This record gives sequence, structure tokens and C-alpha cells, in this order.
Amino acid sequence: MIYSELKPFEEILKSLKEKSVFFILCSGCAEVVRVSDDKSVEEIENKLKENQKVITGKIKIDFLCSKNLIARKLSRHIDKLSKSSSILVFSCGIGVQCVSKIVDIPAYPATNTIYFGGFQGLWPGEERCDECGTCYLGITGGICPITFCTKQLINGPCGGTNKGKCEIDPNKDCGWVLIYEKLKNIEKLEILKDYKEPRNYKLIEVSSKLRKKIFYDIDKNEEF
Amino acid sequence: MEISNLQKKLNEGKFVITSEIGPGKGTNLEFLKEAEIIKDKVDAINVTDLQSSVMRLGSLCVCHLLIDMGIEPIFQITCRDRNRLALQSDLLSAYVLGIRNVLCLTGDHPILGDHPEAKPVFDLDSVSLLKVASMLMEGKDMKGNALDGKVEFFLGAVVSPCYEPIDLQIIKMEKKIEQGARFFQTQAIYDLKKFEEFMKRVEKYKVPVLGGIVLLKSAGMAKYMNENVAGVSVPDRYIEMMAKAKKEEKVKVSLEIGAELIKGMKDMCNGIHIMPLGWDKYVPDLLYLSGLI
Repeated sequence: MIYSELKPFEEILKSLKEKSVFFILCSGCAEVVRVSDDKSVEEIENKLKENQKVITGKIKIDFLCSKNLIARKLSRHIDKLSKSSSILVFSCGIGVQCVSKIVDIPAYPATNTIYFGGFQGLWPGEERCDECGTCYLGITGGICPITFCTKQLINGPCGGTNKGKCEIDPNKDCGWVLIYEKLKNIEKLEILKDYKEPRNYKLIEVSSKLRKKIFYDIDKNEEF
Repeated sequence: MEISNLQKKLNEGKFVITSEIGPGKGTNLEFLKEAEIIKDKVDAINVTDLQSSVMRLGSLCVCHLLIDMGIEPIFQITCRDRNRLALQSDLLSAYVLGIRNVLCLTGDHPILGDHPEAKPVFDLDSVSLLKVASMLMEGKDMKGNALDGKVEFFLGAVVSPCYEPIDLQIIKMEKKIEQGARFFQTQAIYDLKKFEEFMKRVEKYKVPVLGGIVLLKSAGMAKYMNENVAGVSVPDRYIEMMAKAKKEEKVKVSLEIGAELIKGMKDMCNGIHIMPLGWDKYVPDLLYLSGLI
């Protein structure tokens, strides 16, 4: 089960520079802890409309960590997607990464992933989420700097990138070169210029209260 | 007001020469002789911070020893081994020890060094380290708590002009400037055309750039760097020159190449940064051949 919390609305609004937004919700493990329950999603929808955004559509996909599934489901919404200049994703960090890989429309996380407790989703790809609690995927073209950069850098690459590869392994792609290429592709390179404050490591310590709550939720759900 | 000779000279628009020394592994201070040789020929000397991720004598201590020798140091500080508390504390210590020039770097990954099992820290990065150092200069720690006695630094950073994709380097350079970098030293340059293009693109920032010089010791070294060192591409012409040179001529040819590069970049940038990698004794000859002394 995955525990995420919604990013503050101001942060979501700040990241969404585009006019039109398509919502993608994961109803896999994320739903169990009601991250993307209908009420909070609706609230965000309304607030975005109040801020002159156009919501082009909203779909739920069982497991956003499955890229095949995303491609299949999204293919039925090509019309709406083609009218969307951004996507807001309600899922764990892996879901956002998978959506970004499938679609060349800027995808932004609506949540911070805090804790993967117990059973996790299908997760068949190379994407990883570090449960950092500060999802950076909205500013990195959906490629995670925490799991793809060996030094977990958040302000751009180190000087060690050699021919697009990481200094520690000539066969490992440099995460920041991947981020650069993706952002260039979706014409969002200017995002790279924003300074990112040092990461808050307090967030990786999950409270025992939260741990209990998650296991309680699993037990409760298994009774049904 | 200028707080170091390096800053003063750059502000006056003079061409600056810096070099560097790497502390040894242990307490033997023999390597300080290298600094003695170049002392009067350069404006300041960088002291590397556990270069190549190898555990050694520390940069802070050696910078202090250089001050005692009458040499102006540039304190290299990386984010590889210290978290934000230790980095801030070491910056305070550096100031108290009389260090004024600080070069902020991310640092190599520990996997590349002699303790590959070590925990990579990288709590801050070169950009946030510059911001933190700038805050200390305002009399605050990074949390905004007041300091009892602030620091004054001339902050520098590094840039790799032949890095691909270059846009990514320039964006990061811009971020470093925004967070307080007031001078740059570059990765070793062998391609003057690329360096010129780079300098044209960063001219608008009006921040001094010191072009990096690494003397080629052999054709093998050049080939190794082309393969393994990020942002370095030694042209075939230089590799051939080194390969053809007889054993007793290697140093001469190497210095000729170095002088050619220095002469070529002299009008493009604000100074040079020579990384002698043990060849400190040839630095005076190199500067003579380049017409700088």
C-alpha cells in the first residue's frame, strides 16, 4: 500500500504553467489509502477552474506503474489528450514517471509519495520511487533525479557526465542528461533554471502513527 | 571592497594565473615544495579536497599552511563527504583560519576512489553550497539563524566548457552565479574553438573565467582522458605530437602544447588555471613559453 499526500494546492498551481489540464488517477494501491479520493480530486479541479484552468478530461487507471496499461487506456482518450497542454497525475512517483514516458505532454505530480508499506503495485519497469516526500517529477520531465542520478542531485548534473553516461559506470545513463533531453523534447527547458532548495530529509522518517494506519487499512480492506 | 588578492586582480581586469596542489595521503608535507616552486609565479593556489575521492590530508589544513608560507589559497570544498552541518562549520573554520577564496564543487562519487564502499553524502550540491556560503556572508546560517561573527569570501565555482550537452552546463553556471559564484575555473581545455564559442555564450554574465590547463604527459594520458574524463577532448594533432616525441623531448613538446593553448585562450578569458598533476616544476617554464612571465 502506498501512502502519499497531496501537494499544497499553491505548489500544484505553480507547477502547472499550462492552460489546459488532463487528470490521470491511479486506482491501484494508491486508492487504498484514499490519496486520490473523489472529493479531494474534485476540490483541486474546482480550484484550478477558479484559476482559469481548463480541465480537458479525467480518467482512472488501475495501475499507473504499468506502461502497457497506460498506453492502452490513454489511446481511447487521444482526442482529449491532444487538447491538453499538461497532465496532473495522482499516483505514487512511479506512476508519474510511467505517464511521462508514454506521453510527450508535461506531466506533473499532484502528490508527494511518503511511504510504500506492505504490498506494492505491478511495477514492471525500471522506474523507482524513493519515497522522498518531495516529489520532484514536475520539474524534471517525469524522470526522477533521486533514483536516476547517482548523487541524487536536484540542481542539475555534476561535471562527471561523460558522453551522456554517469561517471561511475559507462553503461549507466546520466539521469540529468535524460532529464535535459525530455525537457527539451517537451519544450520546458526553462524549468531547469529554477533553484531547488536542499532536500528535507526529515520526510523520510515516517511516523509510527502513519505506519499503523497503513497496516490498519490493509487489514480492513482484506476483510471485504 | 576586495577581500582577496585574487578578487582584487580580477576586479582590476588583470590576467590572473592560478595553479593547484593536491595534498598527499598521510602526514608527510613534502608536497608543499611544489607550492614553493610556483609561489611567486601565480596569484593563488587551489588546494584540492580529497581529489579523485581518495582519503588524504585535508584541504582546510593545507590552505592554512599555504597562508603561513605567504601563499594565497583557494579552498576547494566538495559536497561528497560532509552534510550541511559539517559544510557550514568548515566554512566558518576556513574564515577563522584566514581563508578568503572558496571554490564550491559537487565532488566525485566515492565509488571512484580508494574507499568505494563509503556512503555518498551529497546532502547539498555545488549550487546550494554556494547559496549557503552566501548566507554565511550575510551573517546567517542556512536556516536563517544569526551568526555571532560572519564570514567574508570570494566565492568561485567550476564549469566544463567542452561538456555535452553544453546548454546543461550553461544553465548550471547561471544558477551558480545566481547563488553567489563570482569567478569560474574550467575543466582542462584542448579545443580552443569550442572554448571560444563557450566564452561568447557566457560573456553576458560578466563573471571572470579562468581557462583550465592540464599538461599532457604522454599520448597515452591524452587517449585515457579522451575516453574517461568528462568534457575533455584532446585533438589528434596533440596526441600525434606527444606520440612522435622522443623520451627526452616529451616535456618540451608538452610545454609547447601548453603554451600554444595558453596563448590561444589569453584573449578569450580572464586568466588561466594550471593543474600540474605533479609537474609543478615545469610551471615556471610553461609560463615563460606562454609569454606570461
